[in-house]
Order: sequence, then C-alpha cells, then structure tokens
Amino acid sequence: MGISRRLFGGTALAAMMLAGGAAQAQDNVRIALVVKALGIGFFEAAAKGAEEAAAELGNVEVIYTGPTDTTAEGQIEVINSLIAQNVDAIAVSANDTDALVPALKKAMQRGITVISWDSGVAPEGRQLHLNPSSNPLIGNMIIKLAADNLPDGGEVAVLSATTTSTNQNIWIDEMNKVMGDYPGIEVVTTVYGDDLADKSYREAQGLMQTYPDLDAIIAPTSVGIVAAARAVEDAGKVGEVNVTGLGLPSEMAGAIESGASKSFAIWNPIDLGYSATYLAYELATGDAEAAPGAEIPMGRMGTLTLDDNNEGAMADPFVYDSSNIDEFKSIF
Amino acid sequence: MTQFLKSREAILSAAILALLMLIASRFPAFVAPSNLARVFTDTSPLILLALGQTVVILTRCIDLSVAANLALTGMVCAMLNATYPGVPVAVILVLALVMGAVMGMVNGLLVWKLNIPPIVVTLGTMTIYRGIIFVISGGAWVNAHEMSHAFTGFPRAELLGLPVLAWIAILVTGLFFLGIARTPLGRAFYAVGGNPHAAVYTGIDVGKTQFMAFTISGMLAGLTGYLWVARYSVAYVDIAGGFELEVVAACVIGGISIAGGAGTILGTLLGALFLGIVKNALPVVDISPFWQLAISGTAIIVAVAFNTRSGRNKGRIILKRAEGHA
Repeated sequence: MGISRRLFGGTALAAMMLAGGAAQAQDNVRIALVVKALGIGFFEAAAKGAEEAAAELGNVEVIYTGPTDTTAEGQIEVINSLIAQNVDAIAVSANDTDALVPALKKAMQRGITVISWDSGVAPEGRQLHLNPSSNPLIGNMIIKLAADNLPDGGEVAVLSATTTSTNQNIWIDEMNKVMGDYPGIEVVTTVYGDDLADKSYREAQGLMQTYPDLDAIIAPTSVGIVAAARAVEDAGKVGEVNVTGLGLPSEMAGAIESGASKSFAIWNPIDLGYSATYLAYELATGDAEAAPGAEIPMGRMGTLTLDDNNEGAMADPFVYDSSNIDEFKSIF
Repeated sequence: MTQFLKSREAILSAAILALLMLIASRFPAFVAPSNLARVFTDTSPLILLALGQTVVILTRCIDLSVAANLALTGMVCAMLNATYPGVPVAVILVLALVMGAVMGMVNGLLVWKLNIPPIVVTLGTMTIYRGIIFVISGGAWVNAHEMSHAFTGFPRAELLGLPVLAWIAILVTGLFFLGIARTPLGRAFYAVGGNPHAAVYTGIDVGKTQFMAFTISGMLAGLTGYLWVARYSVAYVDIAGGFELEVVAACVIGGISIAGGAGTILGTLLGALFLGIVKNALPVVDISPFWQLAISGTAIIVAVAFNTRSGRNKGRIILKRAEGHA
C-alpha cells in the first residue's frame, strides 16, 4: 500500500507537470469521464460517445478513467488524482450517492467543473446531473413501442416486476397518463413476475391463456422481458404476441433473432457519454451556467433543461431492433 | 382399502381434484389435457428437487442449499455451453449430475464427519454457492443468444406428446418409488429418521445414510440446474432465488414429517403437484397479485396443521407390519 501510494503520488505529480506544459501549449479542455468501473461494456460505449463529442468540439481531451471494481473508495482515489492533475472538468457516474460528495466538493473548490451522469451524486456534490431519460419519457416509450406495431389497435398486457417496485410503478403510471394518445390500444391487465425468471415465464403463459387475442406484452423490467419472450417462443406465438419494454441488448438479442420481440428500448450509452462530455465542456468553458431552468446545448442530442435540483433528462430511451442489435449486443 | 382412504395421500388427491374443479369453474381451459401436461412440465423442477429433499428430511436433516446448488450448476453449464457450444448435451448432463452430487457431498460430509446441524451447514453452503456464482460469472448474465440450440432445446424436445423435462420427472419419480421401497438404502432413510439409536443397533451407519441423502438431493439439484437454465434460456446469480423454501413446502404439504422418518414418495409428488397447480392457476383465475402470496402461504399452514393433527395421538410406527398384526 505504502509503495503504491508513493508511486501514485509520483505519477500524479508527473501528470501535473505534463498538464502544465500541455495547457501552455494548446489550452485543451481536459474532461475526465469517471465511470463506475473499468472494463464494463456499457461504460466503454459511453467513452466512445465522449470521444465522438471531443472530436466535434475540437479542443477537448477526454480522460476515460475509473476504479477497477465498483466501489466508492476506488472512485474517491481516482477523483483525488484528477484533482491533483488539475483537470478542467469531471463527469462521474457514481458508485455511491453521498460518499463521493466531499471529494467532489474539493474538486469544485479548486475550480473544476463537476457533473454527474447515469448514476447521480447528491446535489451539493455536483453542478448538474444528467439522467439518461425521465419517467414520463419512459412511460410514453413503452406504450409507443407496443402501439407502433399495432396500427389497427389491439390488446396489450403489462408484465411488471414486483407490486412494490418503485421504478416500474412510476413508469406504468406515466404510461397510463398518455394512453389517450394511442387510440385503439387497450391495456387489459397488469401482472407481476417479481423479477424471477420462472414466475415471469408463468405469468406470461397465463396472460396468453387468459387473453387469447393478446397482441403485445409490455415488460418494463429486464428479467421479465426475457422470460416473456421465452414464453411466447415456447407457446408458438411468435408473430402473434409481440414482447416489448425495457431490456438490455445482450440479454434480448436471442428474442430479437427469434422474432418474439420486434423492438425494445433502453438508454444508449454512446449518447450518454456524448452528452455528458458536451455538458462538461459547456460548463468548464463558461459558455453555460448550471442553474434551475437553464437550457444547455449538447450537440446532436438537443438541449438539456434543468429542473429545480439541477437535473435534466437526456432523451427518449433508445430503440433497439433487428437493425442495430448486432452492433450493441456485444457492448452491454 | 379403508386405510388408504383415510391416508394423507388420498386426502391430498381429493384436495387436488377439488382444486382443479374450482379452477375449472372459473377458467375451463385450465383442465384441458394439453394444459395439464404443461402444468406438469412446469412443476417438474419442483418435483425433482422435492424428491431429493424428501430423503434428506426423512433422515431428520434439511437441505437449504438446493436452490443455490441448482443455480451454480446451471451457471457452470451455461458458461460451458457459451464458451464451447460444441460440447454435447450428454456431457453437460453428466457434468450437472456430478457437480450437483459433489456439492451435496460437501453438505453430507460436514453433517456426517463434523456433526454440524444440517440447517447450519446448508444455510452456509447456500450462501457460499451463490457467492461462487457471482465470482465465476462476475455478475454477468448468460443469455439466450449465447446458448446453442441443442442446449436449450433438450428439455423442451417432445417425446410421445410430453417434453423431455416432464419425462425426466416421471423417470426419477419411478426410480424413487423403487429405490425407497426395495433397496436397503431406501429403508435405511426411514430407520435413521424414525429412531437413530435403534438404527445404529441394526447396523445402519446414521451419518453415512444422511451423507447419501444429501448426495442424492445435490445430484438432483444439479440435474435440475441444467434443465432450469435451458428451459428459461438465461443464467444469472439469482435464478431460483427462494426456491428452496418452495421445495421444503412441497415436502411438508405432501406429509413428510419435519421430525424425520415419516412420509411417502407419493405424498411428495402430490405435494409438489398441489403447489404447482396453485402457482399455475393463480395467474389465469384473475386473483389480485397481492392475494397470491397469502393464498400459497395459507395452503402450507393448512397442510402442516393437518399434519400435526393427524399425527398427534398415535405413537411413531416403526414396523408397519407389526402394527397390522396387533
């Protein structure tokens, strides 16, 4: 430990000297993208998006970094070394809401721009937080995915996680609010698979038996959507019942291939890394200020509008189907 | 004959028939033969594990690690298949049986050689096995598109109108009927649970018998691990979470005495079927999900209450034949 710390201090010092030299040379904006842990496909994809933003902006250098395991301690160590390197901005996806606050506060005191994205930190530890999406956008998306494949209307059922899952219940509430925009689509029931593969499978089978004319199953949970797709395949109802909702491309690739699911949605990590980098750049250069109500541009993703907590939602969840599943199934 | 009519198995059969009629009155399609076959197939994993658990409980032990054993074996099979899709299903089946048996042996050895209470041992190994899954998988899922068609197709392949999964449950149940009734080991399970001290005097090694029970239970959990993962085409850390309690519940409903030494294979089979029917019927009879858990729980309590009532006044029967003559 002693040796590693000494070595670490040494590299930080060297980096600082290097940074000083670089800053004098071309005045690049150095944005550190701190992720939950290195080696996770989702974050590697986010880094790709960050590089894309850097290329568009021109004078940006992205430092993609993070601990080797998903711990708050590891991230604090990384953040401290970034402070020592005197980067211009830190964009972090936090392993802990509160634990990172002191380190990030220290960074802000040194004039470093701090934002959080994906997984947020408490408001006092960052200037703004970028949510991948928002509850109303997700609620609208899950019903839209089902409705898009049912031009003449039809019966859909919801397969949720547990009766008490906060996220799923909010999304279903938001979905019900916008049902008026989708005439002809009728939500016949909501069942609960408890995020267990076997129970979700059984519930999906039950849905197909109880509602022989069922056209779609919406599962806004990653375990449920996979189990429902399997149940539809086993019942020989591929093409009759479309399974959709929220899932991960790696987990849903089989269902897209078999046709049990025509499309599903989840955030796009590339867009997320891209937007986070743009926002960090805008704040670090002083072109924008993080305050409630502010609208901050983020390149091709439009603008981010901040609410009272300085939080904003990036966009609709990204839709995955047979056209792009192969590209993303190896990413996350 | 009158003795059979009064037996637990007869009453449970009647309860299952009544349950089916009740469901049919609300949802007639449930009792269609094809659907009953589907329910049986869905209940097969529960039957397999409950049979293994039965012999463990008969010897006055309990195996809480079965679901974790199932999940670990399932994960290993899935990872093997994802890495080497060419490995034939027969090899994976053997691997699943051996792996499961080894994990059962660990439980058995700890109970046999170190005399640790089985509930403590299996509570510990349950956590260890779940932990190992996380270590080997890194928390990542093995997904449908990474598994080969042969791997996922085996349990659902149809043979004479029933999927292989159901046939395996039937085959294993048959083996248990024979093994329990006709082999020295089968009788030893009852002797050890009924009266361990008397069992020692008849030359039965109590610890070794318990070890064998755990090995059998583990082997079946391993086999079910592969079948489970192939059936749902997904493997992750939490598969079959909490399933061990359902397995114990099936045994208890089937009349296997937690005190050991009493109960039948037919009882376990009926107990598992009862739970399986309830689980499959609840989604289609349109009962609020908030009630579903309560209903499952009530069924268990009623069964146990019934158990203690019916077993109260009588002494424990060690030799059935002697009682008949008396």
